[in-house]
Amino acid sequence: MTTVAQARPAGVSGWSRIWGWLRNPWGRPRFLVLVTWAYILWSIVPVLIAVQFSFNSTRSRTVWQGFSWRWYWGDPVDSVLHDPTLAHALIQSLKLATADVVIATPIGVLLALGLARWQGRGSRPSNFLMLFPLVTPEIVMGVSLLLVFSHIFMFIHTGTLAQILGHVTFSISYVVVIVRGRLFSIGRQYEEAAADLGASPTIALARVLFPLLTPAIIASAAVVFATSIDDFVISQWLSKGGVTDTVPILIYGATRAAPLPSTNAIATIMMVVTLVVVTLGFLAWRVLTRGERHGATAAEDFGAFNI
Amino acid sequence: MYKRWLWPGFAFPGVLWLILLFVVPFYVVVAVAFGTVDPILLQPVPIWNPLQWNVGWMIEVLHRFSPGGTFYGVAIRTLEYVAASLALCLLIGYPVAYYVARHAGRLKGLLLILIVLPLWISYMMRMLAWVNLLAPDGYVNRFLTYTHVLSQPRDWLGGQPSTVVFALVYGYIPYLILPLFAALDRIERSHLEAARDLGASPWSAFRHVTLPLSKTGILGGAVLITLPMFGDYYTPNIVSGAPKTSMIGNQIDLYFHGGPQPTIGAAITVLLAAFLTVLMAYYMWTIHRASRELPAV
Repeated sequence: MTTVAQARPAGVSGWSRIWGWLRNPWGRPRFLVLVTWAYILWSIVPVLIAVQFSFNSTRSRTVWQGFSWRWYWGDPVDSVLHDPTLAHALIQSLKLATADVVIATPIGVLLALGLARWQGRGSRPSNFLMLFPLVTPEIVMGVSLLLVFSHIFMFIHTGTLAQILGHVTFSISYVVVIVRGRLFSIGRQYEEAAADLGASPTIALARVLFPLLTPAIIASAAVVFATSIDDFVISQWLSKGGVTDTVPILIYGATRAAPLPSTNAIATIMMVVTLVVVTLGFLAWRVLTRGERHGATAAEDFGAFNI
Repeated sequence: MYKRWLWPGFAFPGVLWLILLFVVPFYVVVAVAFGTVDPILLQPVPIWNPLQWNVGWMIEVLHRFSPGGTFYGVAIRTLEYVAASLALCLLIGYPVAYYVARHAGRLKGLLLILIVLPLWISYMMRMLAWVNLLAPDGYVNRFLTYTHVLSQPRDWLGGQPSTVVFALVYGYIPYLILPLFAALDRIERSHLEAARDLGASPWSAFRHVTLPLSKTGILGGAVLITLPMFGDYYTPNIVSGAPKTSMIGNQIDLYFHGGPQPTIGAAITVLLAAFLTVLMAYYMWTIHRASRELPAV
């Protein structure tokens, strides 16, 4: 680049001054700074505005008329606390997410261990199979599960049980990916050391490998919870309507009708719950892997947590 | 030191689960697509034996997808929307990922958290936010009329293709930025310094070093967002709802939730899955080739 720093004559116009600032070749690329911060504002501010309107004192979601808790519990009919549809959706979402965590995490952890160490026939196809739910569009999984429950597993009807089975199906792979990443970074030397010191395989597994995997298990439980809470497609295809509608289904329905600020309120509650769970998961990961990081930055940690 | 059956035993419940609730269900879709329809109940009747498959429905659907057929417009529109959204996502996402990976300095951790944050906010919440903003009396219209960009409020949510593409970009871009960041962050600074020392301008160093080395990230991120976009039906429904902006996912949704012919819906699903498998295979092949070209990195 041959640009030379120009001495600015007095009285230079505002635009050329901004232009000069932007293309200053010596400092950090300011154009990129602008794009990045503009992107971040664009990605987050709309959500904050939606949160703001959950506190609106009138029925409008577009004109701000003052702060109130009306849509959370103040309104005797339409608030989250008093509208049975909203309250049910909240309970259903939490129910599915909890069941998903309880079932998918142990299955996924065992599968990750098995796939990482199992060398025999069948291990390669199993590894391959595990990747498919990660790249299959949810609508394909939704159609498949709906049809399997109406043609083969006919004893399972659409509703809560079907929804839980569906959520676990797409969650297992997330657990496997996170736990397996951790397994590879641990290596085998700790178990081998335990065996050399006389530990039986069971003890090596339970007292050495398992504690080392704990951060990944907690992190994957948090990720499973968040993806389950966020899920719309599988929940919708396997819902039988009414009490099995989750919060995302409710928001989806509301956006197409005339939503009240109570929709924003319930969306805000779900968002806060998810962010708290994910933050706790991330903090647990940080605390439990403390002392292992040799020069690793918080950024790399974050990458590991997110896969 | 462990018993031989231990690891396959560990894998067993998960593999069984995925076979019963992922492989078998997909086979049911195929069996329904190649099945028949009960003439009285109008219910789909799956045919389990591949040797007896009825290809009539599949041929019918393929016919509708060919030029002049009823699905042709939807298919082209879906491709256009996905291509436009992907292009915009890359145009916005690449500079952002590049800046955070390369120049953010002490702010790197904070910026990463801010970039990852939307991933943990429900997709529906983020769409709801824009439905509020784009409403006839929402902030966007008020801002644009106040600044006289528009003389009167525009009906953004009344079936505008641009709104659908915008919403797709807003919804999927965080999933693209993360792999892009990971790829750019992995590039050794010494490669760039070497390029500069050998006389490359910043632009040609970017073109000949950074861009090729981030190719896997670009492709990976692109696949990560295009696959779900091809199956998306809720985004167009939320921000438009008009038939003239419906995508292929909306057709599947319609045949199962509104229409009387799940067989046609199943056939479209099979075709969509086949198309995406081809896309995925192309991606794997490219990655495989790229990893052979650059053995040292």
